[in-house]
Amino acid sequence: MTALLQVSGLVKRFGGLVAVGGMALDIAPGEILGLIGPNGSGKSTVMKLIMGIERPDAGSVRIGGVDVAGWPPHRVARQGVGLVFQHSRPLHRQTVLENIKLALLPDALLRLFADPDVEERARAIAQRVGLGAVLDRRPGTLPFADLRRLELAKAIGRDPKVVLVDEPFAGLTSGEVGAFSDLIAGFRAEGRAVLLVDHNVKGVAALVDRVLAMYLGEPIAQGTAEQVMRDPQVRRVYLGGAIETAARPAPTTKSGPPLLAVEGVDVLYGKAQALEGVSIQIREGEFISVVGLNGAGKTTLFNAVSGLVPYAGRIAWEGQALAGRSAAAIARGGIVQCPESRELFGSMSVRENLDLGGSHLTKAERARLLGWMFELFPILKSRQAQLAATLSGGEQQMLAIARALMMQPRLLILDEPTLGLAPVILEQLSRALETLRTTTPITVLLGEQNVTFALPHADRVYVLEHARIVWEGDPVRFAQEAGAAYL
Amino acid sequence: MRGLLRSRLFWAAVLVLAVAAVLPLGVSGYVLGLLTLAYYFGVFAMAWDLLFGFAGEVNFGPTFLVGLGAYGAGILNSETGLPIPVCVLFGAVLAVAGGLLLAVPALRLSGPYFGLTTLVAVLLLQQMVTVFAQYSGGEIGLTIPDVLSIDDATNYYIALCFMAVSGLILFGLSRSALGLILQACGQDPVEAQALGFNVAKHKLAAFCVSALFSGLAGAMLVFYLGTASPGTVIDIAVGVQVIIAAVLGGRRTILGAAVGAAVLIVAGEVLRPLGQLSTFIVSAVALLTILLVPSGLLGVLMRQRQ
Repeated sequence: MTALLQVSGLVKRFGGLVAVGGMALDIAPGEILGLIGPNGSGKSTVMKLIMGIERPDAGSVRIGGVDVAGWPPHRVARQGVGLVFQHSRPLHRQTVLENIKLALLPDALLRLFADPDVEERARAIAQRVGLGAVLDRRPGTLPFADLRRLELAKAIGRDPKVVLVDEPFAGLTSGEVGAFSDLIAGFRAEGRAVLLVDHNVKGVAALVDRVLAMYLGEPIAQGTAEQVMRDPQVRRVYLGGAIETAARPAPTTKSGPPLLAVEGVDVLYGKAQALEGVSIQIREGEFISVVGLNGAGKTTLFNAVSGLVPYAGRIAWEGQALAGRSAAAIARGGIVQCPESRELFGSMSVRENLDLGGSHLTKAERARLLGWMFELFPILKSRQAQLAATLSGGEQQMLAIARALMMQPRLLILDEPTLGLAPVILEQLSRALETLRTTTPITVLLGEQNVTFALPHADRVYVLEHARIVWEGDPVRFAQEAGAAYL
Repeated sequence: MRGLLRSRLFWAAVLVLAVAAVLPLGVSGYVLGLLTLAYYFGVFAMAWDLLFGFAGEVNFGPTFLVGLGAYGAGILNSETGLPIPVCVLFGAVLAVAGGLLLAVPALRLSGPYFGLTTLVAVLLLQQMVTVFAQYSGGEIGLTIPDVLSIDDATNYYIALCFMAVSGLILFGLSRSALGLILQACGQDPVEAQALGFNVAKHKLAAFCVSALFSGLAGAMLVFYLGTASPGTVIDIAVGVQVIIAAVLGGRRTILGAAVGAAVLIVAGEVLRPLGQLSTFIVSAVALLTILLVPSGLLGVLMRQRQ
């Protein structure tokens, strides 16, 4: 088997973060490889490194034997690599046909007019991906699935030998998933090498020839979809399992009016439904975990609560509707979110980041909280003068949590704190959460994919799946009822 | 080409040009002089829109290119007495060369830094004019021995033809295959690259075309005015006028930029009796247009027709 795409020893570092460390994979002509890994595992970075959008620090990317590592994307593209982007930004003032024609144009400055056969080829591609009926419409008027078809059409236009597809089925209905699967299977029949990047095995299992699972920038398992799903290390990565927490007393049900009530909230991103009729309730002092795979809608839910995305439905804080309040006002009111992306000020020091979080406090109060933060996360104390961007992933997460705590939240929202972190760091984070739960009155709303991390602290658990809450209950019942169907 | 002939905007422009062509039969020399100026300004603005509207790069220093063309042509003429066409061509070549010298390093920068570089370039050029005053006439200005014509109508027709031809080329370019690629490079450079387009190359080419027309127009302008001074062809305020004209007329329309330039210059003149207040009113109207109808005058017209 001669591989069409051959990646070996690929390394990419962002500041102190190792996003990809020694990645290797190969795909033969007419083969579909699924690259899976939880959020933050580095799979998107691998895709960008192959395409040349990011420059690798080490390693090789061979396309039909030619090493293209470090080439600019347009040269990689001409070498025969096509990328189907997940989020498209088509030309809005041009029609669908013109958008497809764009992909068929040569990269030349002196060819003012397209070859006559471009029009014909564009129409043929549109037919093939199912856009034949909407050729003269503008992208803004198309439903979500058709925009994805347009991206597929543009990638086909370049006649790539290697096709990279980012989350092929995200946001599609089951009927559309079938049509897209057929199109991708068509690539295989034509002898192209296909790389599908997705969060979990389930989504791509029916389509792929092989699956490669990665975690923390490295491959951890490879084989058929069934083999990878059964792999103990993969199960541990997705469901957790490597962390030890102190045994805790049985969860207590707290009574009284809810501190935060989310009632029937819907969120639409363009045409994709990100949340559908979601309702949750949190009482003062509770620790609530919302678990769900990536893309289920956790971040959207938290962003709706924080006033960062528009929504339909009602979100109330101490009985008062939050709609109409600015994100800043909501944060000052006591709902502090520690986002998945951490959003640290990278070119500021650790201390400056913390001081910013506590900028509304008196000097004495700030010093007291700072002392508490250094007790909670001792590593931050020794790193005070270091720039945030140069911290390791785990340290950045600790800083993000500490900065959120400096704002003295009544409700602390933690969005996937385990994202891309090694098990040893998870233990430290878990202990910090335990301290928070037992020694402070702070209410916590934790969003997690890693169930083992999310369960031990939780008083109650919500399961979010495909934009909907599908299960609610206490952690003990979760293990018995919902756990098995989760991966 | 077929697309161009089918475009209603194109035929509307032809109609406007036809009306403009018969104007000298009925209006005073003063009005013709004003419109002549507006037409050269129109070319500045159209050349600017190619960069902003299509390549997605904000050039805060259009007068760097205009000034290079103007002073290049003017100085060559006053020093050597070479014929006007040679001087104009020299000015245009100088603008492209200067533009390349600036854009090659500047386009490596991302975000607002490109714009800032172009802004600084204007200040540099202004200083050069002062430093080399024995050739450039310094702050007072350079008197140019040759002029295009002393007849108002002739000057008017030269400017109108120049604007029409420039507009046709720039508009055609924007609607061509290259314009499509350029727009893709401006809107989503990552995806454009993934489709195999060398984004830097296309943006640089757009910058050269923009520089060529800015330089040509700048050179023609000094042979119309008979003088070149920093206040008329280099000053930041002139550059801001060019930008306002293009945005007022409508981003990504090319032709809108010429409309904006005409509106801006004519409005400035009509309101002149108000003194200082006229600049204020023109600026305020421009500001309101940008805030309320960011797609510009032509953008609004085109949207209503759809």
